[in-house]
Amino acid sequence: MALPLFSPGDDPGPSFAAVLRRADPQALPAQLVGGASAATGDVAVRHGTTVVALRFVDGVVMAGDRRATEGNFIAHRSMEKVFPADRHSAVAIAGAAGPAVQMVKLFQTQLEHYEKVEGIALSLEGKANQLGQMVREHLPMAYQGLVVVPLFAGFDLRRSQGRIFTYDVTGGHYEETDHAATGSGGRDARTTVKLGWHPELSKAAAIELAVTALYNAADEDSATGGPDLVRGIYPVVATVTETGYEQVPADEVAERFADVVARGIGGRAS
Amino acid sequence: MTMPFYVAPEQVMKDRAEYAQKGIARGRSLVATTYADGILIVAENPSRSLHKVSEIYDRIAFAGVGKYNEFDQLRVAGIRHADTKGFAFSREDVDARSLANLYAQFLGTVFTHEMKPLEVEILVAELGSDGRQDQLYHVAYEGTITDEDRFAVLGGDAESLAERFGQSFQDGWTLAAALGACRRTLEGPDRRLGAQDLEVAILGRGDARRAFRRINGTELAHLLSDDADDTDGADASGEEPSAAASAPPPDAPGEGDPAPG
Repeated sequence: MALPLFSPGDDPGPSFAAVLRRADPQALPAQLVGGASAATGDVAVRHGTTVVALRFVDGVVMAGDRRATEGNFIAHRSMEKVFPADRHSAVAIAGAAGPAVQMVKLFQTQLEHYEKVEGIALSLEGKANQLGQMVREHLPMAYQGLVVVPLFAGFDLRRSQGRIFTYDVTGGHYEETDHAATGSGGRDARTTVKLGWHPELSKAAAIELAVTALYNAADEDSATGGPDLVRGIYPVVATVTETGYEQVPADEVAERFADVVARGIGGRAS
Repeated sequence: MTMPFYVAPEQVMKDRAEYAQKGIARGRSLVATTYADGILIVAENPSRSLHKVSEIYDRIAFAGVGKYNEFDQLRVAGIRHADTKGFAFSREDVDARSLANLYAQFLGTVFTHEMKPLEVEILVAELGSDGRQDQLYHVAYEGTITDEDRFAVLGGDAESLAERFGQSFQDGWTLAAALGACRRTLEGPDRRLGAQDLEVAILGRGDARRAFRRINGTELAHLLSDDADDTDGADASGEEPSAAASAPPPDAPGEGDPAPG
């Protein structure tokens, strides 16, 4: 590896992806351009499933179940789908797990790279836009069945409020006012959140609502994992507030689940 | 076609070295030292936005003296190198030694092959972990690299400053004591430097992934006055846990968060 120096007219600026393209192109996430169509139809690819985000008074809560599937098999029981993007934002992924995790890694590096080179972090809007560009570059793979749909949320320091952005495969991003969910169980999760959400949600209530949404999604959707009491695996829940990204400890998530179950949600057998 | 005059290589090198040294001596100096909880870097720099000290990676910091545009170009190249390496391999595989070597190679090549040498001296500091020692790599304008594990002084009058600093250096001293010694070294016998003349940053041992943090504003003023109190009392001896324990004021920026700007 040589020192990556560029002439002033040819400088890639603060974009890490642009640097990588010149300095080490093999490390860039692969683009399956051309080749066999519908190739992934009979190839088992790992998929991550349901993620949900919602606003509360001090910021946003983001949660994701832990299951990854390969066709009708369970590929992984403790996959993480919620990641810190930087200090004041979080990204959650649904869709083909391999490219999604790579995209998150590139996105995290990109945000930190920009901050170090420029000496100041990107605005939340700027971060959302960056992620949109990455999803758009992924479009050829989406056409081949490797769809990646992230969910982005963060605390906007300039506006002093939490904000949530959703994406489609073309890289289009849309700001959600209060809550969003995506993935195979997203529909069920969204319904739960919609019914329970109100503007004065406290942090604890918001965590409980997110957890309930995932529980209901797992109840209806086979690809979404519920709480695994046998192995002690619970969804990853994180909050982003003015003080930054913080993952909710597993014990606390377990307690919230216990509350949900104690309320007798989902009805009884027989 | 005219024949170029013959100039002895010794003369060429001497001229270039002199040129670079002069350029570096025009700028202000910088001191870096290890202390109880990490590495402290103090530069004399009245600017709040044109930094001499910056973050390269999780546990690596960069500092430069001399011509700003030249060392800033090296800083950005270092960030690019570290991020590329960390992305292609793993975050643990990024180390200061290989980066310092790249800087040394580049500076050496420019010194021998280009018309004009770079008028910079740079420092690559790495916070040790898992039994590895803290390292300070000092790379000079002609590509000479030296590694220190206690302190390093960069700039025009580095030798006498280093001698002055070496006399006050103590292993495992507190942040306030180390900062005070750095300030006194930079200001010399007949000047006074305040918080507004200094750029201060640390690589702090702690749980945060990103160890780099700038110290400025009230936190810096607080630390500088802490040290002034110590020296008023008596000769700073080994037992003064109060200064080490003094937490940053509540409005200090959070752990591992480089203050913007």
